[in-house]
Amino acid sequence: MAEFEPNIVAFVCNWCSYGGADSAGGQKLAYPANIRLVRVMCSGRVDPEHVVAAFREGADGVMVMGCHPGNCHYRNGNHKALRRFRLFERMFLQLGIDKDRFQLEWVAAGEGKKFQDVTTAMTERVRALGPLVISGFVPEEVSHV
Amino acid sequence: MSKVKAAIYWCSSCGGCDESIVDLGERILAIREAVDFVFWPCAMDPKYSDVEAMADGEIVVSLINGSIRTSEQEYMAKLLRRKSQLVVAFGSCACFGGIPALANLTSKKGIFDRSYLTTPTTVNPEGIVPLEHSKTAEGYSMELPSFYETVYKLDDVIEVDYFLPGCSPNGDMVANAMGAILAGKLPPKGSMLLPDIALCQSCDRNSTKPESLTITEFKRLIHVQADPTQCFLNQGILCMGPATRDGCGFPCVKGNMPCTGCMGPVGSKDQGARMLSALGGIMEGETEEQIAKALDGIPDPAGTFYRYSMSSSFMGSHRKENKP
Repeated sequence: MAEFEPNIVAFVCNWCSYGGADSAGGQKLAYPANIRLVRVMCSGRVDPEHVVAAFREGADGVMVMGCHPGNCHYRNGNHKALRRFRLFERMFLQLGIDKDRFQLEWVAAGEGKKFQDVTTAMTERVRALGPLVISGFVPEEVSHV
Repeated sequence: MSKVKAAIYWCSSCGGCDESIVDLGERILAIREAVDFVFWPCAMDPKYSDVEAMADGEIVVSLINGSIRTSEQEYMAKLLRRKSQLVVAFGSCACFGGIPALANLTSKKGIFDRSYLTTPTTVNPEGIVPLEHSKTAEGYSMELPSFYETVYKLDDVIEVDYFLPGCSPNGDMVANAMGAILAGKLPPKGSMLLPDIALCQSCDRNSTKPESLTITEFKRLIHVQADPTQCFLNQGILCMGPATRDGCGFPCVKGNMPCTGCMGPVGSKDQGARMLSALGGIMEGETEEQIAKALDGIPDPAGTFYRYSMSSSFMGSHRKENKP
Protein backbone atom coordinates (compact mmCIF):
# COMPACT_ATOMS: atom_id res chain seq x y z
CA MET A 1 0.00 0.00 0.00
CA ALA A 2 1.22 3.47 -0.87
CA GLU A 3 2.14 5.72 2.03
CA PHE A 4 -0.75 7.77 3.38
CA GLU A 5 -0.77 11.30 2.01
CA PRO A 6 -2.66 13.64 4.35
CA ASN A 7 -4.80 16.55 3.18
CA ILE A 8 -3.92 19.65 5.15
CA VAL A 9 -5.80 22.91 4.82
CA ALA A 10 -3.85 26.00 5.86
CA PHE A 11 -5.62 29.31 6.36
CA VAL A 12 -3.02 32.02 5.81
CA CYS A 13 -3.43 35.72 6.41
CA ASN A 14 -3.00 38.05 3.49
CA TRP A 15 -0.44 40.34 5.11
CA CYS A 16 2.10 38.03 6.71
CA SER A 17 1.70 34.29 6.26
CA TYR A 18 0.66 34.33 2.62
CA GLY A 19 3.69 36.51 2.11
CA GLY A 20 5.67 33.86 3.98
CA ALA A 21 4.48 31.22 1.53
CA ASP A 22 5.32 33.53 -1.33
CA SER A 23 8.77 34.14 -0.01
CA ALA A 24 9.30 30.37 0.39
CA GLY A 25 8.42 30.12 -3.30
CA GLY A 26 10.72 33.00 -4.21
CA GLN A 27 13.62 31.34 -2.41
CA LYS A 28 12.78 27.98 -3.99
CA LEU A 29 12.17 26.43 -0.59
CA ALA A 30 9.85 23.54 -1.40
CA TYR A 31 7.02 22.79 1.00
CA PRO A 32 4.81 19.68 0.91
CA ALA A 33 2.11 19.49 -1.76
CA ASN A 34 -0.23 18.20 0.97
CA ILE A 35 -0.72 21.77 2.16
CA ARG A 36 -3.72 23.52 0.57
CA LEU A 37 -3.55 27.25 1.15
CA VAL A 38 -6.65 29.35 1.73
CA ARG A 39 -5.81 33.04 1.75
CA VAL A 40 -7.91 35.14 4.14
CA MET A 41 -7.51 38.77 5.09
CA CYS A 42 -6.64 38.04 8.73
CA SER A 43 -6.22 35.05 11.03
CA GLY A 44 -8.89 36.78 13.15
CA ARG A 45 -11.29 36.16 10.27
CA VAL A 46 -10.89 32.39 10.52
CA ASP A 47 -13.94 31.16 12.32
CA PRO A 48 -13.75 27.84 14.19
CA GLU A 49 -16.63 26.89 11.87
CA HIS A 50 -14.22 27.11 8.92
CA VAL A 51 -11.91 24.66 10.65
CA VAL A 52 -14.81 22.29 11.35
CA ALA A 53 -15.87 22.65 7.70
CA ALA A 54 -12.36 21.75 6.53
CA PHE A 55 -12.36 18.60 8.68
CA ARG A 56 -15.86 17.73 7.49
CA GLU A 57 -14.82 18.07 3.85
CA GLY A 58 -11.94 15.67 4.28
CA ALA A 59 -8.98 17.51 5.78
CA ASP A 60 -6.80 15.36 8.02
CA GLY A 61 -5.17 18.42 9.55
CA VAL A 62 -5.80 22.15 9.63
CA MET A 63 -3.39 25.04 10.14
CA VAL A 64 -4.14 28.67 10.83
CA MET A 65 -1.27 31.06 10.23
CA GLY A 66 -1.13 34.75 11.00
CA CYS A 67 1.18 37.65 11.76
CA HIS A 68 3.35 37.54 14.86
CA PRO A 69 1.65 39.01 17.96
CA GLY A 70 2.00 42.78 17.82
CA ASN A 71 2.33 42.77 14.03
CA CYS A 72 -1.31 42.26 13.05
CA HIS A 73 -2.32 44.48 10.13
CA TYR A 74 -5.63 44.99 11.93
CA ARG A 75 -3.97 45.47 15.32
CA ASN A 76 -5.44 42.51 17.25
CA GLY A 77 -6.91 39.96 14.82
CA ASN A 78 -4.23 37.43 15.66
CA HIS A 79 -4.97 37.79 19.39
CA LYS A 80 -8.58 36.91 18.67
CA ALA A 81 -7.40 33.89 16.71
CA LEU A 82 -5.14 32.87 19.59
CA ARG A 83 -8.02 33.00 22.10
CA ARG A 84 -10.45 31.19 19.81
CA PHE A 85 -8.14 28.38 18.92
CA ARG A 86 -6.67 27.83 22.36
CA LEU A 87 -10.25 27.25 23.51
CA PHE A 88 -10.95 25.15 20.44
CA GLU A 89 -7.95 22.94 21.22
CA ARG A 90 -9.30 22.25 24.69
CA MET A 91 -12.44 20.84 23.09
CA PHE A 92 -10.43 18.60 20.78
CA LEU A 93 -9.33 16.57 23.76
CA GLN A 94 -12.93 15.98 24.79
CA LEU A 95 -14.14 15.23 21.29
CA GLY A 96 -11.42 12.66 20.72
CA ILE A 97 -9.49 14.60 18.08
CA ASP A 98 -5.71 14.52 18.33
CA LYS A 99 -4.46 18.01 19.12
CA ASP A 100 -1.68 17.58 16.57
CA ARG A 101 -4.24 17.74 13.77
CA PHE A 102 -4.60 21.44 14.36
CA GLN A 103 -1.92 24.06 14.54
CA LEU A 104 -1.82 27.80 14.98
CA GLU A 105 1.46 29.39 13.79
CA TRP A 106 2.81 32.90 13.39
CA VAL A 107 4.71 33.32 10.12
CA ALA A 108 5.90 36.73 8.92
CA ALA A 109 6.11 37.71 5.26
CA GLY A 110 9.87 37.33 5.22
CA GLU A 111 9.92 33.96 6.96
CA GLY A 112 9.98 31.67 3.94
CA LYS A 113 12.18 29.21 5.79
CA LYS A 114 9.86 29.11 8.78
CA PHE A 115 6.89 28.55 6.46
CA GLN A 116 8.70 25.60 4.94
CA ASP A 117 9.64 24.22 8.36
CA VAL A 118 6.20 24.43 10.00
CA THR A 119 4.31 23.04 7.01
CA THR A 120 6.79 20.18 6.64
CA ALA A 121 6.62 19.34 10.35
CA MET A 122 2.81 19.49 10.31
CA THR A 123 2.65 17.19 7.29
CA GLU A 124 4.92 14.65 8.95
CA ARG A 125 2.93 14.73 12.19
CA VAL A 126 -0.40 14.23 10.43
CA ARG A 127 1.05 11.58 8.16
CA ALA A 128 2.10 9.66 11.27
CA LEU A 129 -1.40 10.05 12.77
CA GLY A 130 -3.10 8.67 9.67
CA PRO A 131 -6.50 9.66 8.23
CA LEU A 132 -8.86 11.66 10.44
CA VAL A 133 -11.01 9.42 12.59
CA ILE A 134 -13.03 11.11 15.28
CA SER A 135 -13.44 8.56 17.99
CA GLY A 136 -15.76 10.78 19.98
CA PHE A 137 -14.17 9.17 22.96
CA VAL A 138 -12.78 11.01 25.93
CA PRO A 139 -9.19 9.81 26.14
CA GLU A 140 -8.76 10.95 29.72
CA GLU A 141 -10.98 12.21 32.48
CA VAL A 142 -11.85 15.85 32.03
CA SER A 143 -10.87 17.86 35.06
CA HIS A 144 -13.74 19.07 37.16
CA VAL A 145 -12.93 22.33 38.87
CA MET B 1 -65.39 18.58 10.07
CA SER B 2 -63.51 15.45 10.89
CA LYS B 3 -60.69 15.79 13.35
CA VAL B 4 -57.04 15.79 12.37
CA LYS B 5 -55.24 12.65 13.49
CA ALA B 6 -52.09 13.36 15.43
CA ALA B 7 -49.49 11.24 17.19
CA ILE B 8 -46.92 12.11 19.84
CA TYR B 9 -44.01 9.80 20.49
CA TRP B 10 -40.96 9.91 22.76
CA CYS B 11 -37.62 8.45 21.90
CA SER B 12 -34.56 9.09 24.06
CA SER B 13 -36.00 11.91 26.13
CA CYS B 14 -36.96 12.88 29.66
CA GLY B 15 -40.69 13.36 29.12
CA GLY B 16 -40.41 17.13 29.43
CA CYS B 17 -41.58 17.60 25.85
CA ASP B 18 -44.78 15.67 26.55
CA GLU B 19 -45.12 17.77 29.65
CA SER B 20 -44.85 20.96 27.59
CA ILE B 21 -47.95 19.89 25.64
CA VAL B 22 -49.82 19.31 28.88
CA ASP B 23 -48.55 22.72 30.00
CA LEU B 24 -50.64 24.34 27.29
CA GLY B 25 -53.29 24.43 29.99
CA GLU B 26 -56.65 25.55 28.68
CA ARG B 27 -55.27 26.03 25.20
CA ILE B 28 -55.10 22.26 24.83
CA LEU B 29 -58.91 22.26 24.79
CA ALA B 30 -58.91 24.25 21.53
CA ILE B 31 -56.38 21.86 20.05
CA ARG B 32 -58.43 18.94 21.32
CA GLU B 33 -61.42 20.32 19.36
CA ALA B 34 -59.48 20.03 16.14
CA VAL B 35 -57.19 17.12 16.85
CA ASP B 36 -57.69 13.47 17.61
CA PHE B 37 -54.63 12.05 19.36
CA VAL B 38 -54.41 8.51 18.03
CA PHE B 39 -51.10 7.61 19.63
CA TRP B 40 -49.45 9.22 22.66
CA PRO B 41 -47.70 6.72 24.94
CA CYS B 42 -47.09 9.27 27.69
CA ALA B 43 -50.78 10.10 28.09
CA MET B 44 -52.65 7.09 26.71
CA ASP B 45 -52.20 3.34 26.59
CA PRO B 46 -51.77 2.62 22.90
CA LYS B 47 -49.90 -0.34 21.44
CA TYR B 48 -47.32 -0.33 18.66
CA SER B 49 -49.65 -2.71 16.82
CA ASP B 50 -52.29 0.06 16.72
CA VAL B 51 -49.91 2.18 14.67
CA GLU B 52 -48.79 -0.79 12.55
CA ALA B 53 -52.46 -1.41 11.66
CA MET B 54 -52.96 2.15 10.34
CA ALA B 55 -52.85 2.99 6.66
CA ASP B 56 -49.75 4.79 5.36
CA GLY B 57 -50.19 8.55 5.70
CA GLU B 58 -53.25 8.15 7.91
CA ILE B 59 -51.79 10.30 10.68
CA VAL B 60 -51.69 13.96 9.63
CA VAL B 61 -48.93 15.03 11.97
CA SER B 62 -46.54 13.20 14.30
CA LEU B 63 -44.65 15.13 16.92
CA ILE B 64 -41.58 13.08 17.79
CA ASN B 65 -39.41 14.10 20.71
CA GLY B 66 -36.15 12.63 21.94
CA SER B 67 -32.98 11.53 20.21
CA ILE B 68 -32.39 8.11 18.66
CA ARG B 69 -30.09 5.75 20.52
CA THR B 70 -31.80 2.35 20.43
CA SER B 71 -33.14 0.10 17.68
CA GLU B 72 -36.65 0.36 19.16
CA GLN B 73 -36.61 4.15 18.85
CA GLU B 74 -35.39 3.91 15.29
CA TYR B 75 -38.11 1.41 14.43
CA MET B 76 -40.84 3.62 15.88
CA ALA B 77 -39.49 6.75 14.17
CA LYS B 78 -39.51 4.95 10.83
CA LEU B 79 -42.96 3.49 11.45
CA LEU B 80 -44.43 6.88 12.34
CA ARG B 81 -42.73 8.44 9.32
CA ARG B 82 -44.50 5.95 7.05
CA LYS B 83 -47.86 6.45 8.71
CA SER B 84 -47.67 10.27 8.88
CA GLN B 85 -48.03 13.08 6.37
CA LEU B 86 -45.95 15.46 8.47
CA VAL B 87 -43.27 14.74 11.03
CA VAL B 88 -42.13 17.45 13.43
CA ALA B 89 -38.89 17.01 15.36
CA PHE B 90 -40.17 18.25 18.69
CA GLY B 91 -37.70 19.57 21.22
CA SER B 92 -33.92 19.89 21.28
CA CYS B 93 -33.16 16.15 21.49
CA ALA B 94 -35.04 15.37 18.29
CA CYS B 95 -33.62 18.47 16.57
CA PHE B 96 -29.95 18.32 17.65
CA GLY B 97 -29.42 15.35 19.98
CA GLY B 98 -30.03 17.29 23.19
CA ILE B 99 -28.75 16.26 26.58
CA PRO B 100 -28.66 12.50 25.76
CA ALA B 101 -26.21 13.25 22.94
CA LEU B 102 -23.60 14.34 25.49
CA ALA B 103 -23.08 10.57 25.60
CA ASN B 104 -21.27 11.02 22.28
CA LEU B 105 -18.34 12.19 24.39
CA THR B 106 -17.98 8.65 25.63
CA SER B 107 -18.75 5.19 24.27
CA LYS B 108 -21.34 2.50 24.72
CA LYS B 109 -18.83 0.51 26.72
CA GLY B 110 -17.99 3.53 28.87
CA ILE B 111 -21.66 4.08 29.63
CA PHE B 112 -22.35 0.43 30.43
CA ASP B 113 -19.27 0.10 32.62
CA ARG B 114 -20.13 3.23 34.54
CA SER B 115 -23.84 2.54 34.93
CA TYR B 116 -23.72 -1.14 35.78
CA LEU B 117 -20.29 -1.71 37.28
CA THR B 118 -18.34 1.22 38.65
CA THR B 119 -20.67 3.77 40.25
CA PRO B 120 -19.98 3.89 44.02
CA THR B 121 -23.52 2.75 44.79
CA THR B 122 -23.45 -0.26 42.47
CA VAL B 123 -23.09 -3.73 43.93
CA ASN B 124 -22.74 -6.10 41.01
CA PRO B 125 -20.07 -8.71 41.85
CA GLU B 126 -21.15 -10.98 39.02
CA GLY B 127 -20.77 -8.13 36.53
CA ILE B 128 -24.25 -8.49 35.08
CA VAL B 129 -24.96 -6.06 32.25
CA PRO B 130 -28.03 -5.92 29.98
CA LEU B 131 -27.78 -8.12 26.92
CA GLU B 132 -29.74 -7.89 23.69
CA HIS B 133 -30.40 -11.61 23.71
CA SER B 134 -30.55 -13.71 26.84
CA LYS B 135 -32.18 -16.83 28.20
CA THR B 136 -33.79 -17.07 31.62
CA ALA B 137 -33.19 -20.04 33.92
CA GLU B 138 -36.62 -21.31 32.85
CA GLY B 139 -35.50 -21.28 29.24
CA TYR B 140 -37.36 -18.21 28.02
CA SER B 141 -35.68 -16.07 25.37
CA MET B 142 -35.46 -12.42 26.30
CA GLU B 143 -34.86 -9.64 23.79
CA LEU B 144 -33.92 -6.03 24.43
CA PRO B 145 -33.53 -3.28 21.84
CA SER B 146 -29.92 -2.76 20.78
CA PHE B 147 -28.15 0.26 22.21
CA TYR B 148 -26.24 2.33 19.65
CA GLU B 149 -22.70 3.58 19.99
CA THR B 150 -23.75 7.05 18.86
CA VAL B 151 -26.78 9.18 19.78
CA TYR B 152 -28.50 10.46 16.62
CA LYS B 153 -30.84 13.32 15.99
CA LEU B 154 -34.18 12.46 14.41
CA ASP B 155 -33.32 13.56 10.88
CA ASP B 156 -30.32 11.22 10.86
CA VAL B 157 -32.75 8.30 10.63
CA ILE B 158 -35.91 9.68 8.96
CA GLU B 159 -36.95 12.64 6.84
CA VAL B 160 -38.24 15.43 9.07
CA ASP B 161 -40.63 18.10 7.78
CA TYR B 162 -40.34 20.71 10.52
CA PHE B 163 -38.22 21.41 13.56
CA LEU B 164 -39.34 22.90 16.85
CA PRO B 165 -36.39 23.09 19.24
CA GLY B 166 -36.40 23.98 22.92
CA CYS B 167 -35.76 22.08 26.13
CA SER B 168 -38.65 21.84 26.27
CA PRO B 169 -40.50 23.99 23.72
CA ASN B 170 -42.61 26.37 25.77
CA GLY B 171 -46.40 26.64 25.60
CA ASP B 172 -46.45 29.63 23.24
CA MET B 173 -44.08 27.94 20.82
CA VAL B 174 -46.16 24.75 20.84
CA ALA B 175 -49.45 26.64 20.46
CA ASN B 176 -48.08 28.74 17.57
CA ALA B 177 -46.63 25.71 15.82
CA MET B 178 -49.81 23.64 16.26
CA GLY B 179 -51.86 26.63 15.06
CA ALA B 180 -49.71 26.95 11.94
CA ILE B 181 -49.97 23.22 11.23
CA LEU B 182 -53.76 23.13 11.70
CA ALA B 183 -54.25 26.27 9.59
CA GLY B 184 -51.94 24.87 6.91
CA LYS B 185 -49.87 28.06 7.06
CA LEU B 186 -46.52 26.36 6.95
CA PRO B 187 -43.10 27.59 5.84
CA PRO B 188 -41.04 25.58 3.32
CA LYS B 189 -40.36 22.01 4.28
CA GLY B 190 -37.32 21.49 6.47
CA SER B 191 -37.77 24.84 8.25
CA MET B 192 -37.41 25.61 11.90
CA LEU B 193 -40.75 26.91 13.11
CA LEU B 194 -38.88 29.85 14.66
CA PRO B 195 -36.98 33.01 13.68
CA ASP B 196 -33.39 32.76 12.48
CA ILE B 197 -31.86 35.39 14.77
CA ALA B 198 -29.69 35.14 17.88
CA LEU B 199 -31.24 35.29 21.32
CA CYS B 200 -29.24 38.42 22.23
CA GLN B 201 -31.22 40.36 19.65
CA SER B 202 -34.42 40.20 21.66
CA CYS B 203 -32.93 39.78 25.16
CA ASP B 204 -34.07 42.31 27.76
CA ARG B 205 -30.52 42.78 28.96
CA ASN B 206 -29.09 43.59 25.53
CA SER B 207 -29.23 47.31 26.33
CA THR B 208 -26.86 46.78 29.29
CA LYS B 209 -24.21 45.25 27.03
CA PRO B 210 -21.41 47.81 26.58
CA GLU B 211 -20.18 48.85 23.16
CA SER B 212 -17.20 46.58 23.51
CA LEU B 213 -17.42 43.67 25.89
CA THR B 214 -14.25 42.57 27.62
CA ILE B 215 -14.16 39.38 29.65
CA THR B 216 -11.02 38.89 31.70
CA GLU B 217 -12.17 35.81 33.56
CA PHE B 218 -15.10 33.43 33.40
CA LYS B 219 -17.11 33.13 36.55
CA ARG B 220 -19.37 30.24 37.39
CA LEU B 221 -22.80 30.72 38.87
CA ILE B 222 -21.90 28.59 41.88
CA HIS B 223 -19.28 31.18 42.83
CA VAL B 224 -21.01 34.50 42.22
CA GLN B 225 -24.35 36.18 42.68
CA ALA B 226 -25.49 37.31 39.24
CA ASP B 227 -26.71 40.89 38.90
CA PRO B 228 -30.34 40.52 37.68
CA THR B 229 -30.13 43.61 35.49
CA GLN B 230 -26.79 43.23 33.67
CA CYS B 231 -25.84 41.30 30.53
CA PHE B 232 -24.38 38.01 31.76
CA LEU B 233 -21.37 38.19 29.47
CA ASN B 234 -20.64 41.64 30.83
CA GLN B 235 -20.47 40.03 34.28
CA GLY B 236 -18.09 37.36 33.00
CA ILE B 237 -20.74 34.66 33.23
CA LEU B 238 -20.90 32.40 30.20
CA CYS B 239 -24.21 32.93 28.37
CA MET B 240 -24.92 31.11 25.10
CA GLY B 241 -27.12 33.94 23.77
CA PRO B 242 -24.80 34.98 20.90
CA ALA B 243 -24.84 31.48 19.36
CA THR B 244 -28.39 30.42 20.19
CA ARG B 245 -31.62 30.78 18.24
CA ASP B 246 -34.21 33.24 19.43
CA GLY B 247 -37.88 32.42 19.94
CA CYS B 248 -38.08 31.05 23.47
CA GLY B 249 -38.88 34.38 25.13
CA PHE B 250 -35.71 33.96 27.28
CA PRO B 251 -37.39 32.57 30.41
CA CYS B 252 -33.99 31.56 31.82
CA VAL B 253 -32.62 35.11 31.61
CA LYS B 254 -35.81 36.38 33.23
CA GLY B 255 -35.13 33.93 36.05
CA ASN B 256 -31.57 35.30 36.34
CA MET B 257 -29.95 32.27 34.76
CA PRO B 258 -27.76 32.59 31.65
CA CYS B 259 -28.80 30.95 28.39
CA THR B 260 -27.43 27.40 28.09
CA GLY B 261 -28.27 27.14 24.41
CA CYS B 262 -31.24 24.75 24.28
CA MET B 263 -32.72 26.37 21.18
CA GLY B 264 -29.74 25.21 19.20
CA PRO B 265 -27.46 26.90 16.71
CA VAL B 266 -28.47 29.99 14.79
CA GLY B 267 -27.47 30.54 11.18
CA SER B 268 -25.16 27.56 11.17
CA LYS B 269 -25.02 23.93 12.18
CA ASP B 270 -22.25 24.21 14.70
CA GLN B 271 -23.30 26.01 17.84
CA GLY B 272 -20.03 25.40 19.68
CA ALA B 273 -17.79 26.74 16.93
CA ARG B 274 -20.01 29.78 16.65
CA MET B 275 -19.84 30.46 20.36
CA LEU B 276 -16.03 30.14 20.33
CA SER B 277 -15.94 32.65 17.55
CA ALA B 278 -18.01 35.09 19.60
CA LEU B 279 -15.94 34.53 22.74
CA GLY B 280 -12.62 35.02 20.94
CA GLY B 281 -13.75 38.51 20.03
CA ILE B 282 -14.93 39.58 23.48
CA MET B 283 -12.30 38.01 25.73
CA GLU B 284 -9.33 39.90 27.08
CA GLY B 285 -5.86 38.46 27.12
CA GLU B 286 -3.02 38.60 24.64
CA THR B 287 -0.47 36.21 26.08
CA GLU B 288 -0.66 32.44 26.38
CA GLU B 289 -0.66 32.70 30.19
CA GLN B 290 -3.49 35.23 30.37
CA ILE B 291 -5.58 33.23 27.93
CA ALA B 292 -4.93 29.89 29.67
CA LYS B 293 -5.90 31.42 33.01
CA ALA B 294 -9.16 32.82 31.62
CA LEU B 295 -10.02 29.55 29.87
CA ASP B 296 -9.57 27.60 33.08
CA GLY B 297 -12.90 29.17 34.06
CA ILE B 298 -14.58 26.92 31.47
CA PRO B 299 -13.88 23.43 32.82
CA ASP B 300 -16.00 21.52 30.30
CA PRO B 301 -15.96 23.40 26.99
CA ALA B 302 -17.46 20.66 24.77
CA GLY B 303 -20.25 19.96 27.25
CA THR B 304 -20.91 23.68 27.63
CA PHE B 305 -20.87 24.77 24.00
CA TYR B 306 -22.55 21.66 22.58
CA ARG B 307 -24.79 20.96 25.56
CA TYR B 308 -27.84 20.45 23.36
CA SER B 309 -26.38 20.20 19.87
CA MET B 310 -23.77 17.45 19.97
CA SER B 311 -25.54 15.35 17.31
CA SER B 312 -25.76 18.26 14.89
CA SER B 313 -22.07 19.07 15.15
CA PHE B 314 -19.73 17.24 12.80
CA MET B 315 -17.25 16.61 15.58
CA GLY B 316 -19.80 15.40 18.10
CA SER B 317 -21.56 12.91 15.87
CA HIS B 318 -18.92 11.53 13.61
CA ARG B 319 -19.02 7.92 14.78
CA LYS B 320 -21.48 6.60 12.26
CA GLU B 321 -20.20 3.02 12.39
CA ASN B 322 -23.57 1.56 13.25
CA LYS B 323 -25.57 4.21 11.49
CA PRO B 324 -28.82 2.55 10.47
